Formats: sequence, structure tokens, C-alpha cells
Amino acid sequence: MLNPGDDTFPKLALRNAQRLPNKVAIREKDLGIWQAYDWTAYAEQARLTALGLAALGFARGDKTAIVGDNRPRLYWAMLATQALGGVPVPLYQDSIEKEMQYIVAHAEARFAVVEDQEQVDKLLQVRAQCPGLEYIIYGDARGMRHYRESSLLSLDDLQARGRKFADEHPGYFDQEVGKGAADDLAIILYTSGTTGQPKGAMLSHRNLMATARNAIAQEGLTSAEEVLAYLPMAWAGDHMFSYAQSLVTGFTTNCPESADTVLHDLREIGPTYFFAPPRIWENILTSVMIRIDDASWIKRRMVHFLLDVARRVEERRRSGRPVPIGDRLLHALGRVLAYGPLRDNLGMRRIRIAYTAGEAISPELLGFYRSLGVNVKQVYGMTESSALISIQKDGDVKLDTVGTPLPEVEVRIDPSGEVMYRGPGVFLGYHKNPEATAETLEGGWVHSGDAGVFDRDGHLRIIDRARDLGRLADGTIFPPKYLENKLKFSPFIREAVCVGGDRAFVAALVNIDLGSVGNWAERRGIAYTSYTDLAQKPEVYELVRQEVARVNRSLLDEGPLAGAQIRRFLLLHKELDPDDQEITRTRKVRRGFVAQKYAALIDALYSGADHVKVEAQVTYEDGRTGTVRAELRIRDAEAFAAGMAR
Amino acid sequence: MSPAAPSGLLEVDGISVRFGAVQALDQVSLSVRRGEIIAIIGPNGAGKTTLLNVISGFYHPAAGHIRFEGRDRTHLAPYDVAALGIARTFQNVALFKGMSVLDNIMTGRLLKMKGSFLLDALYWGPAKAQELEHRAFVERIIDFLEIQAIRKTPAGRLPYGLQKRVELARALAAEPTLLLLDEPMAGMNVEEKEDMCRFILDVNGEFGTTIALIEHDMSVVMDISDHVAALDYGRKIADGTPAEVRNDQAVIDAYLGVSHV
Repeated sequence: MLNPGDDTFPKLALRNAQRLPNKVAIREKDLGIWQAYDWTAYAEQARLTALGLAALGFARGDKTAIVGDNRPRLYWAMLATQALGGVPVPLYQDSIEKEMQYIVAHAEARFAVVEDQEQVDKLLQVRAQCPGLEYIIYGDARGMRHYRESSLLSLDDLQARGRKFADEHPGYFDQEVGKGAADDLAIILYTSGTTGQPKGAMLSHRNLMATARNAIAQEGLTSAEEVLAYLPMAWAGDHMFSYAQSLVTGFTTNCPESADTVLHDLREIGPTYFFAPPRIWENILTSVMIRIDDASWIKRRMVHFLLDVARRVEERRRSGRPVPIGDRLLHALGRVLAYGPLRDNLGMRRIRIAYTAGEAISPELLGFYRSLGVNVKQVYGMTESSALISIQKDGDVKLDTVGTPLPEVEVRIDPSGEVMYRGPGVFLGYHKNPEATAETLEGGWVHSGDAGVFDRDGHLRIIDRARDLGRLADGTIFPPKYLENKLKFSPFIREAVCVGGDRAFVAALVNIDLGSVGNWAERRGIAYTSYTDLAQKPEVYELVRQEVARVNRSLLDEGPLAGAQIRRFLLLHKELDPDDQEITRTRKVRRGFVAQKYAALIDALYSGADHVKVEAQVTYEDGRTGTVRAELRIRDAEAFAAGMAR
Repeated sequence: MSPAAPSGLLEVDGISVRFGAVQALDQVSLSVRRGEIIAIIGPNGAGKTTLLNVISGFYHPAAGHIRFEGRDRTHLAPYDVAALGIARTFQNVALFKGMSVLDNIMTGRLLKMKGSFLLDALYWGPAKAQELEHRAFVERIIDFLEIQAIRKTPAGRLPYGLQKRVELARALAAEPTLLLLDEPMAGMNVEEKEDMCRFILDVNGEFGTTIALIEHDMSVVMDISDHVAALDYGRKIADGTPAEVRNDQAVIDAYLGVSHV
């Protein structure tokens, strides 16, 4: 599939310089102006950097650590390293010294190319523990006038040495690029495991290029795309979007001025192809909503009204139902008055394809952007798969799946519920870590570590981390976090803990959201005195019961998860609180602790009782502790039999 | 600090200033060497700001002389002082609050602009070229002080710490030989102070700008200055390296002893 003329990224760069010499390859906002470099300049800059490295004695197989914000010079350093048969190892720019030391030493990097003083200082600190590190090359000399280390030189110096080296060794660069082959190691990307040391996933040129090409073909990407490179260079996604796909198609990568100016730069560039994790989609939405609420009354009313229209229309279109004529007219009006201007304001007017991935995104959030006409889709992937496994196809988007596998990628669900995949992007293994490789890679199939199911339409749905997956007593899959997230998508539910491991059915402990439930109660004239009091109102139970029914109904569509419907629930008398160690500071439920602390409540849920007495220690803000006594109701939830969906 | 032997950039010789019955400065002499960072310390009311005001031409001394780059300029007006290459920031931020950060910094270039009203109004020919050149210089300062994200923000909307940084940027836009900073870190949190220290050191190192600053935080003073002068009741009571001044008994009595540093 790959022909030897362009089977490595350096060869692609040279090909682009020939075929698209004046097409802009990369831009960087510097001193307030977007500086553009065409493919001729891109290849030339990489060439000079490579020759400079060669002058310092770079040998095939050597590793170059790359640290800094997304900068053209650092992408060129990656290409330069690959051109000489070496392997770039990008590091997260906010890594602390200890993390940096581990990776630089583990990867045995001989060279480091870094952005500025901040990164140089960190590397100088850990040098003693990284005996293999010979040269540190920096882009920005600021603040380093008094640095006298002989191993330190600037990229400008490096390129000057490169020029001299080229005079002495004509043809050296082309010769070295020619030696590269598709199955050479192209990059090592270290992934931060939740436990233990980071692991370096090794990807070949073939892995990355095949994955890039498959995604380009499915998504219809062309050399006209504009992409914003603002997520860390050490992250597989950025490497795929800003480097691999850019080199394959020849499209333009744009590097923002600084981390603080990203949203502004987004608007100036107006990318056609954009990636953002849910957190950023959420931030953008919040900033928009704040500005809308600051607008005059009439504008505010109009925008909210038109956004509601857009939501209705989008919902109907997605489910394939016809849109009534009235909504169609209003929608056309909305395009002129609200959706277009809003998209323009966000810098999203030109977006053809946008992705979100990483963690669960709420369907409402995704629906909002889609209803504005921003084609945001969910993707699924990981470093070990060259970033991509599945993407939602255009015209086949669901708010809560990660789409269908890319061409040439196979995905299956292991009997244990774990998502397994294989395909051309599957990595070569972890650098110097055969045990971890053996655990992850099995006969060409990769253990993703995620639990998932396929729905009726062949869409993959990621439900949990595989190790968090539970089983009911009859063996039915029980994904606690997935159910809890579904519950939490309700504005009335703040936290939820689902139990059911080795039990007959799933039950839930629910925290109401004091703000929204309180508001709801006031509007209905329901008086309450405290959180505990509000939570125990029969009306509130009924409200939550409907939310639980909504979750149960949605599970019918999800194959084996239909058996994991929530049968009983209760509303907790207090909010789960990090001070009481029930959730972490980042709001993750500490399942084991909660199960132990609320064992009596959980037993009551399974005993058939309709209420339970509770007495609990609480820690007040000032550190004092007190006791809360309450009687909690327990209610049955409405469950649905498969086959009676909708 | 700098490889060349330091020479006297600014010589303050026997300056006295009196406000009514108050002797704000009494026969103060001070030598600021080219390329150094000098800190002026002292208790409240010691005359530090008055000294800066005399140097920058806001006040004229009743007695004494000021020589800058070898020439006497005791009685110059502030704008003439600025034209000589002395820029300053103020204890209480003095920015144009309704103007963008960029425009505020551009005002620092005014002295460098040669204007023709007609050409400027038409934004044509040399006027345009000149504007672009100055804008490019200002962008270098924006980059240097890492304030890209607030380029277009009205100065009045910024938090205090950033306003201080913008003020520094405006002073730098004048490409000063001598930069006077009046309490550049007052009212800042620890992180903002660290940033400001780094910027001051970088300005000194990268542009070779001589810096005279007034500061109360003694750890900052000891960390970044090459030279410290202490004032008390309008008199200079010590002058030397940070270590010398820190161990000077008069200083300890007047100032350090009181603040328990």
C-alpha cells in the first residue's frame, strides 16, 4: 500500500515540497502576526536542523526528546530526527523534573530540542540522572545569556552548523532520508498510566501513515484543511492531526501565539478541521452563554428561542423524522440571525469536521454544537492505536456512541466485556517493557482496557474502564460509572452511586442537586427546610423516579446492558463530600469507601424495605464533626422489558 | 554584571528638596553605574519616591546637581528627561484606562515618532512605514513580557498585577537607557512578584537597561539588585552591595530592625 517513494514522513515532506512548493504548510503567530511557511520552507528548515544534528554526530536510532508548546521549529525537529533514522520522543511541556527525568533516561535520549529556558532549566536539573543526554538545543535564547554549559546550543547555532556540514557532505541529507523505510520506528509516545511509570508506545511510519490515510479517506480531508495545533505535542492526537495527516495531505497546521490566546487565535484562523476535548467544548459554551446573558433582553430572548428551535430540528433530523414546516422556516431565520453569527464569533464558521474524545461528553453539549451547525463528532482511540480506532461517519452521528471502526480496523468485544481491536495502526510494543507489551498485545489484538458494547446499528459505545466493570449475580454486565454518568446527565441529579456487583439487580444511591431541585420545588410551592428535608419529599422522589426511568429506557437500546436497569433507589440525606472522603477532590466516587460507609443503606435497598433509618457522622467546614439522623425512603424504579422500547 | 567596567551613568550630587517645613531630601548623593540594578530602600517617608521624581524631572532640587551620561541636566522638564532616555513607572498605576493595552504601550513610543500632521492623518507613505516599525517594536515587548493574550483588552479591565506589567511595557517601549521603577511589586501576590522579578532581570540582561527601583520586599531587593542605597529621613544612610547594606548597623536600626527581617 505504501510505495517506497513516500513511505516515511521525511519522504512525504520532500514530496510535498515538490508537489505543493508554495502551499502553506505551517503557520505560527509570532509578534502578533501569522508567519507562514510553505512546504519548501518546511522541508528546508527540517533539512538544516537534521544536518545540524548530523554535525553533532547524530547516529541512526538515536532518540531526540522534544519539549515545548506547539511550535513549527519543534515539528521540524521531529522531522529532522526521523530524516536521520532517529526517533523523536515528545514530552508533555508541563512535566515536572522527575517525570522528565524518567522519560529522558528510559528512552535513552541523546539529544533534546526544547522551546525555551523553562525546559532547559528542567533538563539541566536532571542531567546527572540522564547520562545519555549529550546535547540540549533550545529555540528561544531569552534568559540564558549566562548559561555556560558546553552541551547547550541554540537552534540557530545548530542550523548554522548544519549549513557548514552540508558543504562538507553534499548529498548527505537525501541519502539518509532514502535509507528510511515504512516499518522503521517513527516515534515513541509516552502515556501516563494511572498507576506506575509511563509506558513508551512505539509507532512505525506505517502505523501512523496507514491510520492517517484511512481516516483521511473516510472523512474526505483534503490539502485545503486548516487545523489548530494547540494540544500537547506529546499527545497521540496532536501527532496524528497536526503532523501525520498534515504531511500526508499537505494541509496547513496553525500554531497559536501562546496557551492563553488559543480561543482568540481560533477565531483568527477559522479552522476547517478541529479537535477539542469535552472540557474545552464546555468552556466555550459557558463563555458564549455568559455573553448571551449579558445582551439586551430582546436579543437574549431571541437567541434562546432560536437555540430551542435548532435543538428541536437537530433532534428530529438525527432520528430521521420529518421537520414540521413552521420549525423549518424558523430554522432558516435562525441561521441568519443566530447560528451563523454565533459560529462566526466562536471561530467555528468554517469547521467541516470537528472531533471530541477523551472522556464522556454530555449529549446536551454535543447536541448544542450540532444544532448550531458545527459538525462535532465523537472519536475513539488511544496512543496504542496510532490515535484513532473509530469515528462517527458524517450523517450517522449519535450523541452517545463513538461511531464505527475506521476502514481496516477490526473491533470486537471480549467475553469479559473489554473492547479489543486490531488494524494497521496497532503499535509495535512498549519501549523496553516486554511484560507490559505482552499484557496488552495478544496475537495482533490490543486490549483497550475499556469496556464497551455495540448497539443495534453497529456503533461502538464505551461504557466504562474494563476493570471497573461489575457483574450481577446472574452474570449480566454491570457498568457502574456508565449508569452513574447517565443519571448525572439529569440536571436534578448531582452525584449517584450504583451498586449491584454479585447482587440480583442494580440499585442506586442518589444525591439530588440542591440548586436545581430547590428551584423546581419553589416553583411548585413545595416548602422545605434543609437538604435532607428536600431530598425526602415524595414529590422529589417522583421527580427522580422519572429520571431513573429515562435511564432504564435508554438501556433497552444497548444490547446486554438492558439487564442492568436500576430497580431500586434512594435519595441520600447528605451530599457526597470530599471532606468525608466519599468522593475525591476531582469528584470521582470512592466506591469501596461508600459501599462500606453506607452498607446499611445498601442492605436495605436489597431487603425490600420501604424505608431505612440512618445516622451519620458529618464533617463541617470548620472541621467539627456532628451527627445527622434521618429516615430515608426507598422506592422501586420503573423497569422495562426488552422489546417494548419507546 | 556587564563585561565592560561599569561607569557612572547617573550622578546625583548633593540633592536637597524641601516641601515647606519638611526636608524631603537632604544632600543626597548617589552614583548609578551603567548596566546595574540599584534598589533604593528605606522606611515610609524616607524620600525614595521624591528622589525618583527629582531624577525624572517632576521636581527640581533646591540644591545639588544631576548628571546623566556625563551632562548636567538638573533643571530639565519631564518630557526632556524622557527624551534623554529615562523612563519610569508609577507607584500607583498610571495607565490610560479606556485604551487597549496595545495603545497604551504605543504611547511609550511617542517620543520616538517623527510626525507630520498631514501624513499621519492620511496614514500614508512615511507615516505608515513609521507606524508599522513602531508596532513591530511594541510587539517584541508584548512577546517579551508575555502579555499577548491581553493585547486588545482595555487596560482598566485588567487585574492590578497585569496593569503593573503593562506599565513596565510602556516604559520599555521608550527604549530607555535608565528605567525607574517605583514599587513595581507593591500589592502583588508571591507568584506575580516572582514573574515581575524575572522580567526585571531579563530586561536588565537582554536589553542592558540600567534599572533603579524602589522596593519594600527585602528578599526581592537582596535577590535581584547589584547595588542598594538606603534612605532615612531624607538622608542617605548606606550605599553598597546588598550584603553590605544588610549588615549596616544604621540600616538595621532605621529599617530592617523594625520590620524584623
